[in-house]
Amino acid sequence: MKITVKLFASFRTGRFEVETSDYPPGTTVAEIAERLQLTTAELGIMLCNHRHVKLDYELVEGDVLALFPLLGGG
Amino acid sequence: MKIARIDFGAAGGPQVTYGPLGEYAGLGGRAMTSLMVATEVHPLAHALGAENKLVIAPGMLSGTTGSMSGRLSVGCKSPLTGTIKESNAGGQAAQVLARLGYAAVVLEGKPLGNDLYKIVINKDGIQVIVDNSLKLLDNYPLVAKLRTEYGDKVAYMTIGSAGERMLLAASIACTDPELRPTRHCGRGGVGAVMGSKHVKAIIIDDAGAKMRPPKDPDAFRDANRKFVEGLRKHPVTGEGLPAYGTNVLTNILNEAGGYPTKNFKSGTYEGSSKLSGEAQAELEIKRGGKATHGCHRGCVIQCSGIYNDKDGNYLTKQPEYETTWAHGGNCGIDDLDTVAMLDYMDDNIGVDTMEMGVTIGVAMDAGLIEFGDKEGAIRLVEEVGKGTPLGRVLGCGATVTGKVFAVERVPAVKDQAMAAYDPRAVQGIGVTYATTTQGADHTAGYAVATNILKVGGDVDPLKTAGQIELSRNLQIATAAIDSTGMCLFIAFAIMDQPETFQALLDMLGSFYGITMTGDDVVALGKKVLSAERDFNTRAGFTKHHDRLPRFFYNEAIAPHNQTFLMKDEELDDVFNW
Ligand code: SF4
Repeated sequence: MKITVKLFASFRTGRFEVETSDYPPGTTVAEIAERLQLTTAELGIMLCNHRHVKLDYELVEGDVLALFPLLGGG
Repeated sequence: MKIARIDFGAAGGPQVTYGPLGEYAGLGGRAMTSLMVATEVHPLAHALGAENKLVIAPGMLSGTTGSMSGRLSVGCKSPLTGTIKESNAGGQAAQVLARLGYAAVVLEGKPLGNDLYKIVINKDGIQVIVDNSLKLLDNYPLVAKLRTEYGDKVAYMTIGSAGERMLLAASIACTDPELRPTRHCGRGGVGAVMGSKHVKAIIIDDAGAKMRPPKDPDAFRDANRKFVEGLRKHPVTGEGLPAYGTNVLTNILNEAGGYPTKNFKSGTYEGSSKLSGEAQAELEIKRGGKATHGCHRGCVIQCSGIYNDKDGNYLTKQPEYETTWAHGGNCGIDDLDTVAMLDYMDDNIGVDTMEMGVTIGVAMDAGLIEFGDKEGAIRLVEEVGKGTPLGRVLGCGATVTGKVFAVERVPAVKDQAMAAYDPRAVQGIGVTYATTTQGADHTAGYAVATNILKVGGDVDPLKTAGQIELSRNLQIATAAIDSTGMCLFIAFAIMDQPETFQALLDMLGSFYGITMTGDDVVALGKKVLSAERDFNTRAGFTKHHDRLPRFFYNEAIAPHNQTFLMKDEELDDVFNW
């Protein structure tokens, strides 16, 4: 299945900004993070199709996953 | 510490008196301004009249060696909202004023005649001087002129032409360490109140003054060290804010569907990546500016930066997220250079960047110019600087502009414009917008942290559960932090790290020679909020004012297709503690 992953802030360093690739059915957020060598401690905000998701969330065909480190502002 | 009062209505011209702290002993920052305004200003006073007072107060820890402690509070009855107001800014003024021994400087009364004043504060006291040569100068040329007389080792607080004209969006500029008038008490028209006293500039010179000494210097030093360690260690205050500034939020809010676009018509914006903090930091570095810069000496987070134009010359400080949104996506403008130019113009004229950006969005909805019209937006802000009739309307903010041009969709509460978070996609911030004593103000209880950023807990932004309690607790904590003189951004670290919160308590405790607990902080926050609520009640505000504009309840917004869901009875429960 095709999943689009968007990375932000420091996660882009040495990786990419946005990439669509093939993943096996049932792939979770945790598995994608692992493939990108992002540790769970680094992960701050995880959004799939504009909604917050957790590490065990199973993605489906066409999902857009956005991953951010812990960030703030205001 | 002492309180200085300047009576501009005194027979024979402005008169300065100095007095002890009295009933205000131990207060600082927002606690000082709000308690004093609530006690001394008639709640039905005209905000630009003789009965209003402008209270300028450094925080409880300002002027010490404690890091992050240089925030200034300015309070009055707001001409924009009619409520009590505390407007908070960085820059050098708070540290310098506190070192000179002032817990508050209060501008009172109303001068007769048309003379314009400057106030010089130094170790010998306070002088009020007529200087009509400053008339209608905007902030950059004004500070440049004052520097030829008072030099570079002082802090300046100034108003531009907007403050002199008493426009309701007028701000008070505070200079940064490099003497740029870029750090503004922006919200609520405090610049108009300074203008109503005919005060154009305050020059604060701490030559010969010393750091304020703590009661227990060793314990204070130790606590400050732990506090700084905690800020450096937390990913938000140690990495994210220094590297990308607040504008890192553009991409986050857009991904979360809470980025108000084209005057709150959608929660995502196609041009957001061009406005993002990532793009901004890259551009700043490429042009020889700075992506990391502190608004005052002693800030270890350094969320700000320096934005150069395409030729590499200084244009403005790094526009904040709220500014980049208000003048950017909110107006359908996806160009950082246009946003930076508008940021510079707002700082120069002396108006709140958020109020102005939202106002331009309302003007676009009215058909004055098209969404996305960059030159048009600049032209409208130029009108404000020229003081034309149209400029005066716009300079009085989103609500006035909406009324004049018959626009229904005006995103404001108590006549103050909202910030860069749509309350339909971030329900928690909607609770704060609706209920804060200040008119729509995201900083008053920054539920975005917990709703969207997942700092300090996790509350679902699209649901109502937990939002009332969250906003209540944040509003209490914020009222307390705003009183310490600490930058609110320390909250990201102290919410997540108990030892960093303890270090802050120990700084306060060792400085004043008391024991400070978490309960004391809560009590302080409640005391401030209660005084503010009481003032607003006496000024005629009821629970029916603690609501969002109806379109948030009636118009669902993409991508979540949701309205604002909080019930009125729930909103009425925020201050039931
Ligand atoms: S973190 Fe930013 S706003 Fe806060 S004191 Fe530092 S530079 Fe100023």
